[in-house]
Amino acid sequence: MQTFLSSLPGPIAQGIIWGIMAMGVYITFRILDIADLTVDGTMGTGGVTLVVLVAGGMNVGLAMLIAFLAGCAAGLVTGIFHTKFGIPAILAGILTQLILYSVNLRITGQRSNVPLSVDKYALMLSLRNLSRAILVSALFAAAIIAIMYWFFGTELGHSLRATGCNQNMARANGINTDNNKMIGLVLSNGLVALSGALLAQYQGFADINMGRGAIVIGLAAVIIGEVLLGKVFKNFALKLLAAVFGGIIYYIVITLVLQMGLNANDLKMLSALVVAVFLGIPYWQKKLRERKSNKEVRGDA
Amino acid sequence: MLKVSGVYKTFNKGTVNEKKALNGIDLELKAGDFVTIIGGNGAGKSTLLNSICGVFPVDRGSIVIDGNDVTSLPEHKRAKYLGRVFQDPMMGTAADMWIEENMSLAFRRGQRRGLKWAITNKERAMYREMLSQLGLGLEDRLSSKVGLLSGGQRQALTLLMAVMRQPKLLLLDEHTAALDPKTAATVLELSEKFINENKLTAMMITHNMNDAIIHGNRLIMMNEGRVIYDVSGQEKKELTVDDLLKKFADLSGAALDNDRMLLSK
Ligand SMILES: Nc1ncnc2c1ncn2[C@@H]1O[C@H](COP(=O)(O)OP(=O)(O)O)[C@@H](O)[C@H]1O
Ligand SMILES: [Mg+2]
Repeated sequence: MQTFLSSLPGPIAQGIIWGIMAMGVYITFRILDIADLTVDGTMGTGGVTLVVLVAGGMNVGLAMLIAFLAGCAAGLVTGIFHTKFGIPAILAGILTQLILYSVNLRITGQRSNVPLSVDKYALMLSLRNLSRAILVSALFAAAIIAIMYWFFGTELGHSLRATGCNQNMARANGINTDNNKMIGLVLSNGLVALSGALLAQYQGFADINMGRGAIVIGLAAVIIGEVLLGKVFKNFALKLLAAVFGGIIYYIVITLVLQMGLNANDLKMLSALVVAVFLGIPYWQKKLRERKSNKEVRGDA
Repeated sequence: MLKVSGVYKTFNKGTVNEKKALNGIDLELKAGDFVTIIGGNGAGKSTLLNSICGVFPVDRGSIVIDGNDVTSLPEHKRAKYLGRVFQDPMMGTAADMWIEENMSLAFRRGQRRGLKWAITNKERAMYREMLSQLGLGLEDRLSSKVGLLSGGQRQALTLLMAVMRQPKLLLLDEHTAALDPKTAATVLELSEKFINENKLTAMMITHNMNDAIIHGNRLIMMNEGRVIYDVSGQEKKELTVDDLLKKFADLSGAALDNDRMLLSK
């Protein structure tokens, strides 16, 4: 228990950083109703872009902005594949993900791993100073929640929500649903890249594979947040906050099961299964309800 | 107000499922016309309305709304001229959004959507006032999710959203067919009220021949993608359901095959 408690700050910091990623996933998965797999590549793009730029002497803040924009560009590519090429969203995301694999290697100069020492550069956060890491990532998360709360309260934000909720209705009310999907994908991937840029600083390196399976972690954070806090967190800002808490809880649980002796390589399987089960629950509930009402109808007849 | 000229639409061209849905439609509506549309199953009634809305491009012909050729415009760009209510009450509103949010989406139809706050307090007061016209008590539920409303309430809300911007053309596609008789009557009454009060040009598909006769100033009958009967004025007022059935048999050489239509005779 003692070791567990003392090991908490690390997962909390990591959880907040992945919570930012999860808020990006929230935009596509929950608001637009699109499963966007681009993010597995974008996370790495954000990380390597930041490391290479900072190692090249750029100011960290500026490098983060550029990492964010690189993520936006990746989202735009998926958006174009989806809306202009008519490719199903999942496949469009996979295609961009593959493109990003090559792009990320280009950015690193074909190295699979690029280091970024906190001793040499003025990074915003690092695992060497966990309380600062938690503070900085929490500030980022708070700012992002505030901006997203504002954006999705605007006319444009509402039209994005309508696009995800009912495309027929959206178009009948003059909303360009294709454009909106692109805007959503751009913003989502921008956030994911930003999260990657924070993660690279936190761990002191960026890795070509740092985003592998990211979508699963993002979904896990969103779903854990909804399951545990959905009943109390109704407001949109609180729903986003729930995703961040979901990320924290995810990392705390991971730390716990690792300390209990689980093989780290089995983690991905465990995460994927947990997400599969939680995605299945609402479906099973619906089936059960239908079967029940079906029985009632037949009972009446 | 509306001019449809020589419009053809075939679905799944060149496959075994090829279906000629519209076979040369010519139709002109004057401002203030309220046209009811009847016809058998698969006659092309919905396809006609969907063509006007731009749900899909037509194969041939042109569609002009209030002097604007919209034939090649995408659906969302034609929306500013149109108000629509679908048959399915789920189709016309965003279930996960609030009543006031849905209304504000409709209120901005044809406007640029920017980074201004989506709903102002002034609008809220206006929405409340509009909702009270429905007489369904929705004016006190501005921040209820639309998904929680009944089918009839949703359809009435969709109707309100369709007319709140004074469309050039209001299109109703069997919009009461999915409702119970009492609710259907209420929604139909509201439709009539909004059309009259705002002097809207409207097209209403219905499977109820009585409704088709009672409402509007003009009636058209469709069969196999064509308009086979077009009647207005006094002649329309004096029609009976039996006249319509006979007309259909004479003009199409077959009995009307719309089972729901016959049932509601
Ligand atoms: N999107 C579509 N794809 C293929 N066939 C369609 C489509 N929409 C309508 N049809 C076919 O076109 C014909 C006309 O349909 P519709 O206009 O819906 O008839 P209705 O007069 O009953 O509203 C029908 O045979 C229908 O099956
Ligand atoms: Mg129809």
